Amino acid sequence: MTKLHKKFRRELRGKIFPEETLRCSYRASSLAVFILILAGSAFAQGPGGYNPIGPGVDLAGNWGPVFHEDAHERGPGPELANYVGLPITDGARMYGLAWDASRFTIPEHQCEVHIVSYIYRGPYNLRIWEERDPVSQKLIAIKQYIDNYQQTRTIWMDGRSHPSEAAPHTWMGFSTGKYEGNILTVHTTHLKWGWIRRNGLRHTDQATLTEHFIRHGDHLTHASVLTDPATLSEPLMKTEDLVLRLQNGQTWLYPCEPVVEIVRPRGIVPHYLPGENPFLHEFADLYKIPVEAALGGAETAYPEYQSKLKRTNAK
Amino acid sequence: MKTVAAAVFAICLPIATLAQQLSGDVQALKVQGNVYLLTGAGSNIAVQIGDAGVLVVDTGVAEMSDKVVAAIRKLSDKPIQYVLNTHADSDHTGGNDTVRKAGLTYVGANVTGNLRDAGIGAQIYAHDNVLKRMSAPTGVQASVPFGSWPTETYLSGRKQMFFNSEPVEMIHQPAAHADGDSLIFFRRSDVVVTGDIFMTTSYPFIDIDKGGSIQGEIDALNNILELAIPGYQDEAGTYIIPGHGWISDRPDLLEYRDMVTIIRDRIQAAITKGQTLEQVKAAGLTKDYDRRYSAKSGLGNAEKFVEAIYKSLAPKK
Repeated sequence: MTKLHKKFRRELRGKIFPEETLRCSYRASSLAVFILILAGSAFAQGPGGYNPIGPGVDLAGNWGPVFHEDAHERGPGPELANYVGLPITDGARMYGLAWDASRFTIPEHQCEVHIVSYIYRGPYNLRIWEERDPVSQKLIAIKQYIDNYQQTRTIWMDGRSHPSEAAPHTWMGFSTGKYEGNILTVHTTHLKWGWIRRNGLRHTDQATLTEHFIRHGDHLTHASVLTDPATLSEPLMKTEDLVLRLQNGQTWLYPCEPVVEIVRPRGIVPHYLPGENPFLHEFADLYKIPVEAALGGAETAYPEYQSKLKRTNAK
Repeated sequence: MKTVAAAVFAICLPIATLAQQLSGDVQALKVQGNVYLLTGAGSNIAVQIGDAGVLVVDTGVAEMSDKVVAAIRKLSDKPIQYVLNTHADSDHTGGNDTVRKAGLTYVGANVTGNLRDAGIGAQIYAHDNVLKRMSAPTGVQASVPFGSWPTETYLSGRKQMFFNSEPVEMIHQPAAHADGDSLIFFRRSDVVVTGDIFMTTSYPFIDIDKGGSIQGEIDALNNILELAIPGYQDEAGTYIIPGHGWISDRPDLLEYRDMVTIIRDRIQAAITKGQTLEQVKAAGLTKDYDRRYSAKSGLGNAEKFVEAIYKSLAPKK
């Protein structure tokens, strides 16, 4: 387990059981024990006393994201050549520096969808519902509709295996889930290429994704771990939070129609040749940090890197 | 001694890997419409089935051909009437003879043209350059047995046929992976079979010695892009069966086309600056894609890919 992974798990624990909640829980523990003794086995069978509690937690509802984390990146968008804190490989960095935003003027690129490993970063509405067998009421799948790019996602909960290597790769990938306590853990394969950060950094179609959906009342935390041997030297971990929305006033649509924005000879692909990205220094100069820090890598994700930077600057 | 050991290892590793790949069964996966994909035979095989019979695109390696026929028989008991070859490589044509013998060609009193084997097997269609690669002039021993050769070839830009209620086109792609490449387009099922022009498993195989070129490769990728129309929210729609790897769609192909074009541009810029092949190889111009696309050996290896592009672009002395 990497240092970053350990840090992530600590942070995740904080999200599942925020410190205030822990303090409250401690004070209330005596009362809880007393109630449990009184309730006995009937309480364990759930409300009504005849309906046993199944595994997991109901995530159904309409959810909207809150932007208290990474708001700048998730809203207006990241600066060009800003890869700080991302555990990218040298190859991924080279890919990012070759990427020219003008590539989106090519009609075939214009309606590209955010990949499932990135789509929860953006502004969107998320509807979650369950699909159950009408006879047995066994949970078959958890479905999600994400209005950003109108994506419908299926998380299979019936124990099926992932498809063969020859099966198509999709924007939402192929997902299977299981409850770990009250946390829904999802494993996704068969992904396409997609954003690591939407300034040119992309993971490949060999990436896999593990996610945790954690509900605390009307609050939902989505935590993800992305792995891709081609572009990431360590797993990339991110979290986003959502709140339950009781009103349903959103549009929920995202139509896209590509157009020719620039008439070009056939087959042109806008990109920067190695060493010729004109924006290489822009972000680093703006925030007065060394370019090598701006260009990311696993080292830049750890607190120790700040000390290293100070030492470098002192020289 | 170390050199000999390394050479033996370099030769044996790909063979061992291929043998491992070929030890399993041939698996069938429905693509869409009338078209299925067979995997596990050394290269991808497409099978179109319908009331009229069976059409097979490529036949895998010879060693797996009995399993290929068995897999086809699980999909349909109708006669195999046509084999279409995307190109001449043995991992795509090795099973030609076995699959051809398992099929048949209907003939009648008014049959004209060159149907020498009519009635004793399926017809094998390919571009004429495939026949040239597989056969040999009279008196010279051909590298491929006669039974595997195309029985019918086309010389012009495309060959059209109508089979199983579906228009099927073979579209020649000159000087791409080699000189005899055909795209196979199932127009009603909306599936394109690319041969080794496109693969999800490695860099493209550009075989300069067999008439391939980087510009032909890029032209061919752009031609496929123009055939493919994605479905809802830029996904699925036209499906693309690569020579090796998984069932793809336009966004998958687009990423690949971009990659090949970008690397071509980098090498062209290096050549313009007067860099030698060794300097270009040392410059690491494919580093951003190597972990994803570089094969361990063969033409799909990064070094071979760079070499093929360089030779294709460098001024001829």
